Amino acid sequence: MELIWNLCEILFIEVAPAGALLLHLLDWVRLHVCEVDSLLADVLGSENPSKHDSFWKLVTILVLQGRLDEARQMLSKEADASPSSAGMCRILGDLMRTMPVLSPGNTQTLTELELKWQHWHEECERHLQDSTFASSPHLESLCKIMLGDEAALLEQKELLNNWYHFLVTRLLYSHPTVKPIDLHLYAQSSLDLFLGGESSPEPLDNILLAAFEFDIHQVIKECSIALSNWWFVAHLTDLLDHCKLLQSHNLYFGSNMREFLLLEYASGLFAHHSLWQLGVDYFDYCPELGRVSLELHIERIPLSTEQKALKVLRICEQRQMTEQVRSICKILAMNAVRNNRLGSALSWSIRAKDAAFATLVSDRFLKDYCERGSFSDLDLIDNLGPAMMLSDRLTFLGKYREFHRFYGEKRLTDAASLLLSLMTSQIAPRSFWVILLIDALPLLEEKEVVFSAEQTYELMRCLEDFASRRPVWREPGVQRIQEDVENTKLEMLRLALARNLGRAIIKEGSLEGS
Amino acid sequence: MEEIYAKFVSQKISKTRWRPVPPGSLQTADTFAAGSWDNEENYVSLWSIGDFGNLDSDGGFEGDHQLLCDIRHHGDVMDLQFFDQERIVAASSTGCVTVFLHHPNNQTLSVSQQWTAAHYHTGPGSPSCGSAPCTGVVCSNPEIVTVGEDGRINLFRADHKEAVRTIDNADSSTLHAVTFLRTPEILTVNSIGQLKIWDFRKQGNEPSQILSLTGDRVPLHCVDRHPNQQHVVATGGQDGMLSIWDVRQGTMPVSLLKAHEAEMWEVHFHPSNPDHLFTCSEDGSLWHWDASTDVPEKSSLFNQGGRNSTFLSHSISNQAGVHQSLISSWLSTDPAKDRIEITSLLPSRTLSVNSLDVLGPCLVCGTDSEAIYVTRQLFS
Repeated sequence: MELIWNLCEILFIEVAPAGALLLHLLDWVRLHVCEVDSLLADVLGSENPSKHDSFWKLVTILVLQGRLDEARQMLSKEADASPSSAGMCRILGDLMRTMPVLSPGNTQTLTELELKWQHWHEECERHLQDSTFASSPHLESLCKIMLGDEAALLEQKELLNNWYHFLVTRLLYSHPTVKPIDLHLYAQSSLDLFLGGESSPEPLDNILLAAFEFDIHQVIKECSIALSNWWFVAHLTDLLDHCKLLQSHNLYFGSNMREFLLLEYASGLFAHHSLWQLGVDYFDYCPELGRVSLELHIERIPLSTEQKALKVLRICEQRQMTEQVRSICKILAMNAVRNNRLGSALSWSIRAKDAAFATLVSDRFLKDYCERGSFSDLDLIDNLGPAMMLSDRLTFLGKYREFHRFYGEKRLTDAASLLLSLMTSQIAPRSFWVILLIDALPLLEEKEVVFSAEQTYELMRCLEDFASRRPVWREPGVQRIQEDVENTKLEMLRLALARNLGRAIIKEGSLEGS
Repeated sequence: MEEIYAKFVSQKISKTRWRPVPPGSLQTADTFAAGSWDNEENYVSLWSIGDFGNLDSDGGFEGDHQLLCDIRHHGDVMDLQFFDQERIVAASSTGCVTVFLHHPNNQTLSVSQQWTAAHYHTGPGSPSCGSAPCTGVVCSNPEIVTVGEDGRINLFRADHKEAVRTIDNADSSTLHAVTFLRTPEILTVNSIGQLKIWDFRKQGNEPSQILSLTGDRVPLHCVDRHPNQQHVVATGGQDGMLSIWDVRQGTMPVSLLKAHEAEMWEVHFHPSNPDHLFTCSEDGSLWHWDASTDVPEKSSLFNQGGRNSTFLSHSISNQAGVHQSLISSWLSTDPAKDRIEITSLLPSRTLSVNSLDVLGPCLVCGTDSEAIYVTRQLFS
């Protein structure tokens, strides 16, 4: 992958002109064919370098990669070792030294370079013709390589190892001033020559060929098919897009290719159990469909612990995705209710500012109270604080608990007025009215008058209100008994109210009460 | 400048803890444990930070921390504590509490003891063996206290198979963290913003004291006690607020300091220099709070990545008439007089910093961007 990436950098981004192109390509090959260095170290490290088995192989590779200085050093060692071939080595060394290359300073023009190179090429030819190197087959083949003789190059197939190395070497020694436009012709022919009809091109070859043809879309397409995940293609396309090299042809659902690939990659990240956090950042950079995709994906992350849930929620909140926050909190709150963690449920609904769920939790508390006669989780209800305002039912719960506290502390007048306000302010659920009314009983039965006449009238009004709107039981049996019980309670209540009214009027009418 | 070494370890780190040095020894911290989360296979691993002497050679590789050994852990590592020199207690998201034993001679970790159903849910809708994540663990040889999402507090003793004491339904919400106040007393924080003090000497399942803020019930995620003054406690909340509490006085915090922009995951007082406090947060920063009052007016930052920011605080309780020398500098943060220097220790913003630990001059922290940062020169 790095191979393809570097090549794309050279061809598409740097857009090297004719002369420098070859230098870049040489660097590219040297970077990616790196057994040379270890071999070099090996040979140099041995006692007698020129007698090493791989000596000539090393020299050949160095020449193939265009590293002529090092090749020359090797030859000088050979010259020292065997004086017979010293002369030839020297000549070859000179040829290597004098090969014209484009210097990075770029002081020469291309035509000058061409001329010089032609000149040098002819000199090499002359040496070959004169059979200067006839006695040493190694040196002769080296000379042929430097002449760019294709047959000689093909002989070194093993050392070259792949066709793009062949291509670059061939260009180096036969067309050093190759222009980018002509590159693909040489590429195609190199591929054919190298493979020699034995094997068919592999996907990597196709990708590289497409790159040499400067067909960006083809490169991306081939990479998408050949590589196993979207990482490479997404990042390459993104880079090219930032260099403004990709014409945005719109895909049919409205986004361009860069966004499409980034979306694919990010979706892949979300499928991974831990890389979803990275996927979020990628979605942020997709202007059109990123947010929508993120919204869909983020709700579906499995939440095994609260800590993970908190991280997900933080991501949503930072991007103002209130709907997702709500839905995730609702799921967590439901789970908490199922597990009997009412405090957690409440804290989730507070976070989502979800009044409906807070109502549900409060109903649950009230139901528990009805069944058991006492509150569970007093620590929560006593300390609700401003969260009470979130939902009416919650407020009712808090206030009702406060009523119980007042009663427990014998602050009866406060309890009485609180109870009354609970009933008159309509925040009490219908099902709870009877309990509230029954709660009034002990207060009415107290020795001293707790409810004033006004309050008693209010209570009576509530009672009649309740009694008139009571649902009529349709089924016989148990309901009849319940209805009887209720009727008895209401009768008792009416009696108590009447008595209290009497006492209150007397008290208020008398001298102390006014 | 403080040198921070980062190492990418290919797993998201949820907890890092220094191994305690034997009391009375002059050694500094050299080994830490790390736990991972959110992977298919999670690991508890031990790392060594190499020789102390090689620090000033070329830096770089010798300063790097090296993996000594690791062991598979079922579920996310929710909390990690060293029980003693060789044993590590890990709390898991499966509700299981495990004690790992480190064998120094062949550098391996093995499971020494395990309590598998330490935390579980019971309820009308939950399956009969529904497990609940265990969110916090604290050790004080030989006792281990764990708390979890099921609102339960367990007291274990090493080598006892069953829990010594369990307080069921200690809280109706999730208990996030726990710390020892005095040996028979613990303090827990929960997700409705309350601190509760529990005394194990008492029977019954009621806390002996409840403290909370009067304002919004912001969940509290972490708690740490001042090393010398056992009544001073710092907590970090979901909105990134740092609160300092005095548990003897009243039910409200002494000061509230607006700190991070997102949940504060861990807060630690420095064990030997308690005027220094460290916090780390979901917003990817790690802050060093320096409240030492003899710090002269410093006008410049001392590292490039640092951010010396002013803080917003308001003192709630009335400190008039109390001797300055008896109060720790944390309880008397008066914006006009004392300045708290806050510096950010990580060089660049990362994903969430999940955990940190300090011991002596060394600090280690782990992040969601799969990196562990170590510095050995905290106070240079």
